[in-house]
Amino acid sequence: MKSVKMVISALVLATATSAAAEDLVIRWGTEAGYRPFIYKTSEGELTGLDVEIGNAICEELQAKCEWVEQDWDGIIPGLLGKRYDGILSSMTITEERRRVIEFSDPYYATPAGFVGKLDMGLNDDETLAGKTIGVLRGSTHASFIINERPDVTVREYPTQDEVWLDLTAGRIDASFVNQIAAQEGFLGTENGEGFGLFGKSYIDPAVTGSGIGVGFRKADVELREKVNGAIKAIYENGTFRALNEKYVPFYIGME
Amino acid sequence: MDFSLIFDNWELFLTGLGNTVWLVSLALIIGGILAVPLALSQAYNVPYFGKLSLWYSYALRGTPLLVQVYIIYYGLGQFESVRNSVFWVLLKDPYFCALLGFSLNSAAYASEILRGAIVNLPKGLIETAYACGMTRWKVIRRIALPIACRRSIFAYSNEVIFMLHGSVIASTITIVDLLGAGRRLNSQYYVTFEGFITVAFLYMAIVAVISLAFRQIEKRYALT
Repeated sequence: MKSVKMVISALVLATATSAAAEDLVIRWGTEAGYRPFIYKTSEGELTGLDVEIGNAICEELQAKCEWVEQDWDGIIPGLLGKRYDGILSSMTITEERRRVIEFSDPYYATPAGFVGKLDMGLNDDETLAGKTIGVLRGSTHASFIINERPDVTVREYPTQDEVWLDLTAGRIDASFVNQIAAQEGFLGTENGEGFGLFGKSYIDPAVTGSGIGVGFRKADVELREKVNGAIKAIYENGTFRALNEKYVPFYIGME
Repeated sequence: MDFSLIFDNWELFLTGLGNTVWLVSLALIIGGILAVPLALSQAYNVPYFGKLSLWYSYALRGTPLLVQVYIIYYGLGQFESVRNSVFWVLLKDPYFCALLGFSLNSAAYASEILRGAIVNLPKGLIETAYACGMTRWKVIRRIALPIACRRSIFAYSNEVIFMLHGSVIASTITIVDLLGAGRRLNSQYYVTFEGFITVAFLYMAIVAVISLAFRQIEKRYALT
């Protein structure tokens, strides 16, 4: 009799917790093409630091994670159109974007820089004048180059992968890009041989924004607060540091 | 909607409009010229060339324009041998790659229209021309080709509009065409509609001009 009671209570408990877990479904919108943050394995599965952080946030909130893929230049419209609930795709927090959406607290930050052929003697000064710079369409790096360097020719690409293709092909002289993405997606691979970072590291918020955050619709205050709590938790329990070490050779977390 | 963004950036849209118009115009001219031998060799079953033209138009009409442009732009650029060849001066340039892709594609469609018109010419017309003592080549040059062209005008006006809409693919290989201009405005100011609405109206304006022009051409030259 006692064991029957225990089985029943266990069952009740199990259904109760699974019901709670199913209550909250968070759909993350993302663009896969940005190693090591978000990319696809050869089997076509999404992986990377962003994916693991997203899943860790869901775990913290006992929510179910769903991932929705979206091209970068449509990623904010997709959020506003409710195709997903949050943008978790290494999106830089900027004032321009905050006119349209709201961000969580930053969960990491990375400097930007120029990548080009090392033997060309390029620097981020007047040696760049007249050169062709490839950038990811719709990125803060693109806006920065378009607005601040009228002396260069800007070419915009659908994904960063295509920028690397054209940099190796010699169609462009350099790319202005997130340094870690450059390291992992290009410089660390055999295609990146002979290429490297040049010029200074751009860590000014006007250039790279104030860190990387999760984007939300302005009205979704509750979800944003919950995710802020979860980000704090994965920092405190060491999950962030472990994931950081797994994907990036140096610490990129917030202070 | 922030209309001031559109007016402040009118030069951007003008650049885009210019790039779209010259890319499409030049592609249609080159495609139209290539279409003549392609159509003739098929219509007259010229040994080897007829079959070759058939396969050409099948391959180019059987694959999406986006794929063709990607193969020319990103695909060829991957080969060291292509990059070291003399053609790289041209293939390096996204405008050339877009023009090449658009021209080859347009040639395939235009040749199909023209071939159909040649094959469907009234038998009596051609026989009369031979009876007058014209050689085969003269019949083609003076009778078959001019009349087939005039009977193709209706179908060809559609191809012109399709080519215009297909030309948005130029923006995927970094060209600031009309769509590229709209996208650049969107990404520079983080807006959604302003850029797209503006280019939508500009595309409609181009189509209006094309339609009016073809109305006049049809009135003067078209044969049914």
